[in-house]
Amino acid sequence: MADSDRGAQPRAPVRTSPEGAEPPRTVFDKIWDAHRIRTLEDGRDLVFVDRHVLQETTSAQAFAGLARAGRRVRHPELTIATQDHILSTVPGRDETTNPDGRELLGLMRSNAGRHGIRHFGLDDPGQGIVHVIAPESGFALPGSLLACGDSHTSTVGGLGALGIGVGTSEVEHVLATQTLALTRPRPMRVRFEGARGPGVTAKDLILYMIGALGVAAGRGCAVEYAGAAVRALPVEARLTLCNMSIEFGARLGLVAPDDATAAYVSGRPFAPRGADFERAREEWRALISDEHAAFDRDEVIDCDRVAPQITWGTSPQDVAGVDGVVPDPAGFADARRRDLAAEALRYMGLEPGMPLEGLPIDVAFIGSCTNGRLSDLEAAAEVVRGRRVAPSVWALVVPGSQAVRRAAEARGLHRVFQDAGFEWREAGCSMCVSINEDVVPTGARCLATSNRNFENRQGRGSRTHLASPATVAAAALAGRVTDVRRTEVFAGEARP
Amino acid sequence: MRTPLTLLSGVMAVLPDHNVNTDSIIPSAWLRSATADLARGLFGARRFDESGRERPDFVLNQRPFRDAKFLLAGENFGCGSSREAAVWALARFGIRCVFAPAFADIFYENAFRNGVLAGLVDETTWLALAAAVERHRDAPLFHVDLPAATITDPDGIRHGFTVPAGRAEALIRGDDEIDLTLRHIDEIKRFLDTATAERGWLYRSPLDGPLEPQRTTP
Repeated sequence: MADSDRGAQPRAPVRTSPEGAEPPRTVFDKIWDAHRIRTLEDGRDLVFVDRHVLQETTSAQAFAGLARAGRRVRHPELTIATQDHILSTVPGRDETTNPDGRELLGLMRSNAGRHGIRHFGLDDPGQGIVHVIAPESGFALPGSLLACGDSHTSTVGGLGALGIGVGTSEVEHVLATQTLALTRPRPMRVRFEGARGPGVTAKDLILYMIGALGVAAGRGCAVEYAGAAVRALPVEARLTLCNMSIEFGARLGLVAPDDATAAYVSGRPFAPRGADFERAREEWRALISDEHAAFDRDEVIDCDRVAPQITWGTSPQDVAGVDGVVPDPAGFADARRRDLAAEALRYMGLEPGMPLEGLPIDVAFIGSCTNGRLSDLEAAAEVVRGRRVAPSVWALVVPGSQAVRRAAEARGLHRVFQDAGFEWREAGCSMCVSINEDVVPTGARCLATSNRNFENRQGRGSRTHLASPATVAAAALAGRVTDVRRTEVFAGEARP
Repeated sequence: MRTPLTLLSGVMAVLPDHNVNTDSIIPSAWLRSATADLARGLFGARRFDESGRERPDFVLNQRPFRDAKFLLAGENFGCGSSREAAVWALARFGIRCVFAPAFADIFYENAFRNGVLAGLVDETTWLALAAAVERHRDAPLFHVDLPAATITDPDGIRHGFTVPAGRAEALIRGDDEIDLTLRHIDEIKRFLDTATAERGWLYRSPLDGPLEPQRTTP
């Protein structure tokens, strides 16, 4: 038996400065240390949760547990709730449109009401996917620690927050105590150097990284994304990058906040105002990793080599450039990876050596907490504008929040999509988790901007390929996988 | 108090795949209700075909593994979604211990919260346990001793596994984590008082009155 929790496993030695100065710390260390209440006997840290976000599919049993134990919600004012997973995204929906969702949607609303928690229900203009509304409302802030009963909580790392995805028991723990008992993650860094080429987005960078390093490479780690290409990313794209940290196996991912982050946060409804904001901005300036801070692992991705990415298998690490081919499983050195790849190709209906470009698709899904923000819809609309979806393709755009939907409509994007033959939906998780009625038919091939291509994820027998909004849009028009760099939007721009 | 876990005897099943995700352990269709039959949903798409018939080639559909209490799983077991129903489904099916070379972080936390032991085994142990199951396919009866952190195979050979001492003790006592944390409640209150004094901007804003109308620009 080990003497203490996994947090005590060997770490890279922390270099200490002479004269007893503070040892250099990573940005993760700085935020974590500011939230640590105490280290528990078993080696885990008890940390304070500044912000708690609830959704309907992982909170019902937590509230039931609270009631059984006769406990109350300790800090309802630090908690918000929304309905996003199981609700219908059909225009004009209500809580009964998807009959399967009535129970959990009703419980979310009543539990929030009973405990005085601000509820962004489906009739509220602030409704949306948890990881979309937390940043856009200013509820998630740089330097904060935010918990949510959903694995993609790492998304808010794009603001320089620690986003901790938890299960239902821990949701109950946060409700009752406003804390989490966690094994301290080990700091890891991935530097994206060079520059993105045309048509290459944050989604392509993160898919490429997962393909290069594997789905378990980040296990137990807090991953800081750094480097010139990350600094150059707009804040919404940083949210996309951090979103898929969980597909990398990481506990969380983050980008150190900078002036762009502060500008993004400024003026949002829950954000600090006036003198509070100025004070906050001063503190955010210190949230950078010190020069000699130690990372357990440090990786470099050369962005100049990254093409638009598309997954070919049933794990996010099964990914290649859109100009590449389906790999031959025999080429994998590891026997189990070989078997899994062969099984993935059978499930996906692909043969080794097939070019990915040209693969016919049946469904195109644009949305999710990965790529359901305004800039994602703008990137897709730019490709779509003035064109038509291929007749054989079922194409839908599901904004990540009602605020995104309104902003897109104010720019006329809904017309661009609708005129092309896309469905224009209400906000929700939709076909990313397919727990509502937005399901890919059995055997159908879906190109999706979401985050998981697992077997049966989008419905029984669904075949999911993950890609960026622009790549999905281009495929929806052509009816087949297309290198977005060949479309008119990018024609004439220098190839990387 | 949860049911304490100390000594257990039962059948061990082997699921060697790496990166088994929680969508596979419990498909989302079983998450639509707080009262779904999660034992039936366990490995739903792998255990049952489209018409609900058992797939005979899946290990948990085979005797004696239908009664498995222990699962020997591959690397990074439980990756993907945070859905705790993955652990609930395993537990309701009857599985009390999962052994693997590594677990995904959130699954690992969820397991202990539900009295399910997630024990780490090294590659040599993994292979030895799998071989023991293979040798005794008719009656792969194993004994798990949590205080000693050992698994005894049907031949009487003992294998070690790793579990952090604190986690093991909590399982043995059947601790309720929330009760444990609430013992520190005064310290938590003091922490918030200090943090509010130092970082008022972080705690003040959402406390203030009703939300202003949503800004239309996301």
